[in-house]
Amino acid sequence: MTEPVLEARGVTKHYGHVLALDSADFSALPGEVVALIGDNGAGKSTLVKTLVGAIRPDSGEILVDGAPVQLSSPVDARRHGIEAVYQDLALAPDLDSAANLYLGREIYLVPFLHVLNRRAMRERAVTAFAGLGIQLPDVRSPVGTLSGGQRQSVAVARAVIFASRIIFMDEPTAALGVVQRGRVLDTIRRVRDRGVSVVLVSHNMPEVLAVADRVEVLRMGRRVATYSAAQTSVDELVGAMTGALELSNGAGRREAP
Amino acid sequence: MTDGEVRQEDAQPQDPQSQDPRAEDAGTPPASGSSAAPAPPSAPRAGRLPADLVGLGRRTLAASETWTLLALVILVVFFTVKAPGKFFTLTDFSLMGQDAAWLLVMAVGETFVILTAGIDLSVGSVLVLAGVVADLFCLHHGGAGAGWGTIAIGSLLGLGTGLGWGAMQGFLVAKAKVQPLIVTLAGFYAAGEGVSYLITNGADLRTVPNRLVNTIGLGSVVGIPWLIVISFAIAIVGGLVLAYTRFGRYTYAIGSNPEAARRAGIPVDRHLIKIYALAGLLAGVGGILSLASFDSTTIAGHSFDNLEVITAVVLGGASLFGGRGTMLGTVIGLAISTVLVEGLVIIGENIYWQQVAIGAVLVAAVYLDQLRRRQRGGSRARWAGLQLRRFGGPRPDSGRAAGGHIAQEE
Repeated sequence: MTEPVLEARGVTKHYGHVLALDSADFSALPGEVVALIGDNGAGKSTLVKTLVGAIRPDSGEILVDGAPVQLSSPVDARRHGIEAVYQDLALAPDLDSAANLYLGREIYLVPFLHVLNRRAMRERAVTAFAGLGIQLPDVRSPVGTLSGGQRQSVAVARAVIFASRIIFMDEPTAALGVVQRGRVLDTIRRVRDRGVSVVLVSHNMPEVLAVADRVEVLRMGRRVATYSAAQTSVDELVGAMTGALELSNGAGRREAP
Repeated sequence: MTDGEVRQEDAQPQDPQSQDPRAEDAGTPPASGSSAAPAPPSAPRAGRLPADLVGLGRRTLAASETWTLLALVILVVFFTVKAPGKFFTLTDFSLMGQDAAWLLVMAVGETFVILTAGIDLSVGSVLVLAGVVADLFCLHHGGAGAGWGTIAIGSLLGLGTGLGWGAMQGFLVAKAKVQPLIVTLAGFYAAGEGVSYLITNGADLRTVPNRLVNTIGLGSVVGIPWLIVISFAIAIVGGLVLAYTRFGRYTYAIGSNPEAARRAGIPVDRHLIKIYALAGLLAGVGGILSLASFDSTTIAGHSFDNLEVITAVVLGGASLFGGRGTMLGTVIGLAISTVLVEGLVIIGENIYWQQVAIGAVLVAAVYLDQLRRRQRGGSRARWAGLQLRRFGGPRPDSGRAAGGHIAQEE
């Protein structure tokens, strides 16, 4: 059996008296798109935050390629090839898209003086956008002047060019129109085809089924089921999310985690 | 003129966004001349030259520096016509440059601070304090006859004082999260009215080493006054650092979206401390220049420096909300207020109009900043909306969205 690129085992996180994650498990295999779904408050965001190093779990293990790691910051996670596209995109609106792409990972002309190689960054940005099929009017335009979809593209491209293992995308299509949604889903497939795993956090079930290879369902801070996307349905997923399924026919077609 | 106006109106709806100076063209070094600077990277590819030229032209028209430069030219023309033979002279420009030398040095630091959406009100007081510390050392080691060694040590002590004071303010802003306005207002009173008066008992130190005064204060190098050489050298280095180095880029990023900067792995707090320390250090440099120029510590003479410096930076196109502005703009902004004040004196207006003029210009500059922001209102508002939906934050619409899709499927 293939080793997961990223795995969480028995991760628990309390916020005061609230138990956000109750010994939750999660795994992403190499080169697959995993959808992480669950109702509001199921613990999706907390789980994602622990996996990208934004928060530290109270207990439990995180493994990269089967080896336990400590992710104490997003920078730490990035060193392991783990990138995230945040829902708010986390871009600097006054900087252009090339500058945003390389923010915190600048390329230098004179490394000793930290003089930037703006041309190299711009050219690589153009190449990266082209490789992802993303069209931007001008990589020199401040990101704040771009449309919502274009900004999304910049944030996605940033994750893609640096991720070597896995990319987390939190509701990447929530703020987009129909055409742009399609583009983001295409991008996700393209990333997967390059061998980088994608974790898609989404509420949109048809979208999840359209793009994901596998679906992991969280409920009340635990993983309650995992499905192969090809063999499940929206009804089944919703049932697992809400707990209705377990009431009627138990674990159903739940795969062994 | 009509032609120009039409072009201006054309340029704006086409491309309202590039009104804002982007980080790219940001601190075009003041001395290298504004017109040619952005071109070199694209120049070799001859095939794309026309498009590049058009883009360059549009960017030049849309850059706020173009318009502040125009305002400066209009002012110069106005005063030249009003006072023929008196205003537009090399002597007069040299005098203005010397008068504004320490303001320019402090404006360089203030530009960095304002780009992070901060403010430093303490600059004039730190200037005084640094001058007092430097002169006090010289006073005890030779006084007016002190040698260069003493002057150097005294100056370093003054610069160190500025650096330390700035770093302390930066620490309070970045780590203690006290608003920059409050921290530096307190610093303004503590350094200026407080510590400087305590050290001197309220009386100016009027014994400044002659060598310092005669060289830095009054002397020239290849015909250019030292004050101008030093202040412009600092402005050029500051502009290069801002436009071409990681330090500058982080400054823009932090002013633009501190949370994004943090998530990109930028040490935001440490960078802020460095920036306030830099502003303090440059105020210290201003202190030495002022000491050399006035042959006195001029304790009471710098209370309005902060307003003048902030006016210059904002007039130069920097946004008080951070993220936008250039060093070239700051230099032009300072030139505008300097020319305005000097011109009023030369055409014989009452000297107290200066203060009124500076105040009016400051308000006008901030108003322009607001206008520019409103022009981008649409995109800014969308940003604000996106900011609300933080990773894992409240998502008012997500439940509804999911419900909708479920309903659709059923």
